[in-house]
Amino acid sequence: MSQSLFGKVWDAHAVKTLSNGQTQLLIGTHLIHEVTSPQAFGMLRDLNLKVAYPHRTFATVDHIVPTDQRQEPFADPLADAMIRELRRNCEETGVTFFDLPSGKQGIVHVVGPEQGITQPGTTIACGDSHTSTHGAFGAIAFGIGTTQIRDLLATQTMALAKLKVRRINVNGELHPGVYAKDVILHIIQKLGVKGGTGFAYEYGGSVFDNFSMEERMTVCNMSIEGGARVGYVNPDEKTFEYLKGRPYSPSGDEWDAAVKRWRSFASDPDCEYDDVVEFDGANIAPTVTWGINPEQAISVVESVPTVEGSAEKEKALVAEALEYMKLPAGAPIKGTKVDICFIGSCTNGRLSDFEEVAKYLEGQKVAEGIKAIAVPGSQVVDLICREKGLHTVFENAGFEWRGAGCSMCLAMNPDKLIGDQLSASSSNRNFKGRQGSPTGRTVLMSPVMVAAAAIKGEIADAREVFGVGELANV
Amino acid sequence: MALEKITQVRGKGVYVAGNEIDTDRIIPARFMKCVTFNGLGEYLFYDVRKNEDGSDKEHPLNDSRFSDATILLSGENFGCGSSREHAPQALYRYGFRGIVAESYAEIFFGNCTTLGIPCFCATKEDIRTMAAAIEADPSLEITLDVENERIRFGDQNLTAVVRESARMALSGGKWDMIGELAEGESEIAKVVAGLPYMAP
Ligand code: SF4
Repeated sequence: MSQSLFGKVWDAHAVKTLSNGQTQLLIGTHLIHEVTSPQAFGMLRDLNLKVAYPHRTFATVDHIVPTDQRQEPFADPLADAMIRELRRNCEETGVTFFDLPSGKQGIVHVVGPEQGITQPGTTIACGDSHTSTHGAFGAIAFGIGTTQIRDLLATQTMALAKLKVRRINVNGELHPGVYAKDVILHIIQKLGVKGGTGFAYEYGGSVFDNFSMEERMTVCNMSIEGGARVGYVNPDEKTFEYLKGRPYSPSGDEWDAAVKRWRSFASDPDCEYDDVVEFDGANIAPTVTWGINPEQAISVVESVPTVEGSAEKEKALVAEALEYMKLPAGAPIKGTKVDICFIGSCTNGRLSDFEEVAKYLEGQKVAEGIKAIAVPGSQVVDLICREKGLHTVFENAGFEWRGAGCSMCLAMNPDKLIGDQLSASSSNRNFKGRQGSPTGRTVLMSPVMVAAAAIKGEIADAREVFGVGELANV
Repeated sequence: MALEKITQVRGKGVYVAGNEIDTDRIIPARFMKCVTFNGLGEYLFYDVRKNEDGSDKEHPLNDSRFSDATILLSGENFGCGSSREHAPQALYRYGFRGIVAESYAEIFFGNCTTLGIPCFCATKEDIRTMAAAIEADPSLEITLDVENERIRFGDQNLTAVVRESARMALSGGKWDMIGELAEGESEIAKVVAGLPYMAP
């Protein structure tokens, strides 16, 4: 019977059916970070249980690490306690830790792929909702809670109900100046923040075939913002090429066998999906959010909605968002003053993101009074950017170039908005208070759009600012 | 590991109105910097309950009439946003033992079930009816009947939905899966042996 990748990977990892009807699923690769794992290790100790397969858990520290003053002890005693706790837990249990001095530390969803730990046909889980990122490689990757982290540490398995699969095709050509970030913001805007509940999203079509692995990661990363716990792209030559020679990738004779196996996991051409949705890439514009969830997004050439003009069931949320964002209803989003510009996060903090922005930053200056920060997703990304001299391009333009971590994506470290500052951000969440101030405001967009906002001091159309491509009026 | 069979939850209710109440709202990220969950209840809904100087804002959870509520009522897509279990933990540690909302975010729903908090789905109208009854009499006792998927209070007897997998887990005393998962040791080893990437 022909099957989707999701079905094949599920079957290869199913241990048994549990009494509640859920499946006990083997999770081959377990990734952990300092925020959600210490409580799980605590529960494990309370129950007197051991880590069953320590060689299949990998740790990094990302959420709380300062991006400027990185020497320990950290100024924040709680942050310091968290890194020390993770270190202790890894030492005691034999889990590999990409610690600060390792040169491999970074955001967990950047580190996994970059080390070759993320592989096709595998199951991955991490106590972090953006684990869906790893699906870019044709893995089934779940965000989980602390109790499930405990279950994984103790048994390498967890209890799950099988998801349905929705195929999302994006065909046609993207206009110049339209990026993977715009594609996923567009999908979420159309299907809604709840649209994916109960589904795994399988992304395909010519736009995804043409995407690099990093672009695929950007889209899969935000599946969860569309309500889908899992998002993936079928593995292809690009996937294998990316993985070749990475530290944890198979090598020698094992490589060919692995590729053969990986290929076999791709969805069968005639497989039936629970749902299929089609998008035309040519209809996607540079997209920005205007509200307090990622569905509240518009093209940069559009205007902020009005309460009256919104659908009945949206009205209350639109009103709440307009009030929180302090944006005039019905006014163009372009020209909105910004205070902070942030390029980074597990959505857009990879090498290609900085490369793309650097192309346009040469000879430009960040506008007066704007704080602009660039935060590489990992120490490896940082190093390569430095080797290529990209950090100098950013610094010359007036960006601060920081050390690797989550930084202002959720501001658990010292990088925070103050008061109701408005941030143009390449991250993934624009919820109230997300970037560290209870009244702080976030506008999500692609990294190149963040750079344009930094140069102009206001939300701007990067295609105009940098003269990218023809100005398609979408 | 024998667990309690959660067939029903009884207690007083409180209505926190709103749709899309996300986990950042339930527990702001800055309070996640902890290495144990103890004490999280204190920071539940912090940014909507407290002013920047720490004084109280107007919020149902600051209203002394509802101070011993153990059942939370809310709107659509409750618990959306980050998968952090800190949010269900904060609810649990504050004292909530059951939730009634129109719908839930997937991960949040699973995390609540694992803590033994039943999440009931009810219609907007029924939630409004409950909210009005609680407002009229905050000491009203509400029964969330997990097994029969009913909500009872006063002379009302409403239908609500508890997803089947969660209902079986709660009423069967299997809401925390660790015991059953650990039993499968040899079956796990068999699956591991068939997957080359699991080799040490
Ligand atoms: S970058 Fe943001 S979304 Fe990604 S793991 Fe870090 S905090 Fe979470």
